[in-house]
Amino acid sequence: MSDIFWLIPLIPALSTLILAVFGDRLPKKYISFQACGAVFVSFLISLYSFIGLLNISPEQYPVVKNLFTWIHSGNFQANLSFQFDPLTAVMTLVVTAVGFLIHVYSIGYMAEDRSYSRFFTLMNLFTFSMLILVMASNIVLMFVGWEGVGFCSYMLIGFWFEKHSAANAGKKAFIVNRIGDAGFLIGIMFIIVSIGSTEFANINHAVAGGSLSPGLVTLIALLLFVGATGKSAQIPLYVWLPDAMEGPTPVSALIHAATMVTAGVYMVARLNVFYTMSEAAGFIVALIGAITAVYAATMALTQNDIKRVLAYSTISQIGYMFIGCGVGAFAAGIFHLYTHAFFKSLLFLAAGSVMHALSGELDMRKMGGLKKYMPYTYPTFLIGAIAIAGVPFLSGFFSKDAILTAAFANGQYVIWALGLSGAVLTAFYMFRLIFLTFHGKERIQPEAKKHLHESPSVMTVPLSILAFFSVVAGYAGLPVVLGKNVNWFQNFLSPLMHPGHEAHLNLTTEWLLIGVSIVVALGGIWIAYLFYLRNPQIPHRIAARFPFLYKLLVHKYYVDEAYDTVFVKPAIKGSEFVYQKFDLNVIDGAVNKTAAGSGWLGKTLSYLQTGLIKDYALVFLLGTIILLGLLIF
Amino acid sequence: MIPTAYFLVLSAVLFVMGTVGFLVKKDLITQFMCVEVMLNAANLAFIAFAHSASSLNGQIIVFFIITVAAAEAAVGLAIILLVYKQRKTVKSEDISLMKG
Repeated sequence: MSDIFWLIPLIPALSTLILAVFGDRLPKKYISFQACGAVFVSFLISLYSFIGLLNISPEQYPVVKNLFTWIHSGNFQANLSFQFDPLTAVMTLVVTAVGFLIHVYSIGYMAEDRSYSRFFTLMNLFTFSMLILVMASNIVLMFVGWEGVGFCSYMLIGFWFEKHSAANAGKKAFIVNRIGDAGFLIGIMFIIVSIGSTEFANINHAVAGGSLSPGLVTLIALLLFVGATGKSAQIPLYVWLPDAMEGPTPVSALIHAATMVTAGVYMVARLNVFYTMSEAAGFIVALIGAITAVYAATMALTQNDIKRVLAYSTISQIGYMFIGCGVGAFAAGIFHLYTHAFFKSLLFLAAGSVMHALSGELDMRKMGGLKKYMPYTYPTFLIGAIAIAGVPFLSGFFSKDAILTAAFANGQYVIWALGLSGAVLTAFYMFRLIFLTFHGKERIQPEAKKHLHESPSVMTVPLSILAFFSVVAGYAGLPVVLGKNVNWFQNFLSPLMHPGHEAHLNLTTEWLLIGVSIVVALGGIWIAYLFYLRNPQIPHRIAARFPFLYKLLVHKYYVDEAYDTVFVKPAIKGSEFVYQKFDLNVIDGAVNKTAAGSGWLGKTLSYLQTGLIKDYALVFLLGTIILLGLLIF
Repeated sequence: MIPTAYFLVLSAVLFVMGTVGFLVKKDLITQFMCVEVMLNAANLAFIAFAHSASSLNGQIIVFFIITVAAAEAAVGLAIILLVYKQRKTVKSEDISLMKG
């Protein structure tokens, strides 16, 4: 295959440069055209490279294109080099395809914004960083992309920085990510020290060959996973993602649903050999994923902010991806990443369309009955919700089922049960969202009602395309019950995955598991129907019956408050103390005292200046005599 | 022939006279004349050395010095004149604006 794929990240980079320099002077039409066009060209090249990849044999993976040596110091070497293999192909296609649709949607969504060019500059910069992340052939370059997407995330969450909450949310996201990144960075250093190479191919080879002690493998795996919990919003570092909803909705869809937050999953899958070699690390990944999946889903139950429900849902779904990676079913995890990218960005964009229609309203208590006003948004939203709920024949069903089956097959029954209960909750909160927003009584504010309108077609067309993919994307990876080799997706990725302990179930069990999944999904939807359409009094009664539980959920388990008390407040207090004692006294004191000393010295020495010409002449003469004396004797 | 040392002694005497005069006199004009005396003492020394070394260099330099001194005298006298116009005095003690 041709190695033209190195252009994939560079085209958005070029577009970013042009927009950053000339953006303010260019007409909006041109900005939209260039920003979307750049991502679309990247998509076409990805597609071309993907087709090229299908035509070569798995022994030739990965195709590496080395541009130049970036760092060379002693034994350490890092290249600016890109690679293309099935995992990269899936990621670049998802990033550029979903990214392109979201860029197009943004033309409509951001049309009235006065920082139009800044928005598209950052979106293109994000696409560039994300592509660097997924295409890097060594872990150091991957880290560059990793930090690049973090930066863009920060800039875009705080896009409306005049709003205090948005600026704070950006800061929070950045700082929480730093904590994870510290772990990731230490992990990278361990890899460099113990393996001596940064290339993924060499790392995989060294670890699979057993040249590292098992303890070291576990340590590195867990350190890398710390980075993943930060970027992918897992327990305990998930707190930034709900707040990140302060950013514009296309940003939430692109960065905080489809691409960046799944970078942790990509990283774990890319370095899957660590997690298959170390069973303990794999188990911890699966456990954290499972707990997060249920925990975040419970928090989504009581939220009234439409975007926050989706944010918790994202956290929960990424938990599923980690379950897949943790139990050794990396292909299933990536499969869920891929289907999730479609239906979750669809849900976010549709939610954005609802907000757009209601002049920026986010509170579901002030919606209801929108079905008849939004003939395009409603069906697409519904498709997204059905897909994520795990109803058969839509993409979410296939991917979630693949993960749960893999967990069950590996004997991780606790994790399987957690995942299953998460699935009920998912179906429930998604349909709660649908019923509260689109069905039932109209509770729209009169002010918003006046401007109520369906979104322009530049927004609804991307919604329809995403809805189409939310339905069909799952058919790339059909479950094994339908035939031996129908899971094309897994076969495509399998050459990259370190062969672990693969367990197989007999077909009856598989069918049984699928049946349970279906029952669970439909059950969740039915409960939501019962609670929010048939008898809207039930939720209030339950809340009144278990006030403690309800309060706990509404306040999101008081985790933000706890972090505030345990970490943030002491940090602020400590900084305050250091500022008062050390900064003001020692550092500022030193500077001020130096200045005062110079002033005093100047004042004192100025008495020597008498202003009388004779005195100067006398000193001049004495000086000459002394110099002459020194010269002669 | 008169020995070089004689010229040098005369030069030194003139130089010291100029220096002492500059330091003890209060009148700017007198001080200025003392400076001229010092300058010419130096000229004398130059010529004496040039003569003893049978070189023209020293004499050429003296020509330059005389030219520069003429220019300097013009500038210096003009300054003194302006100071007098402004402050109605040419006493050097009275002119001490640069006192720290």
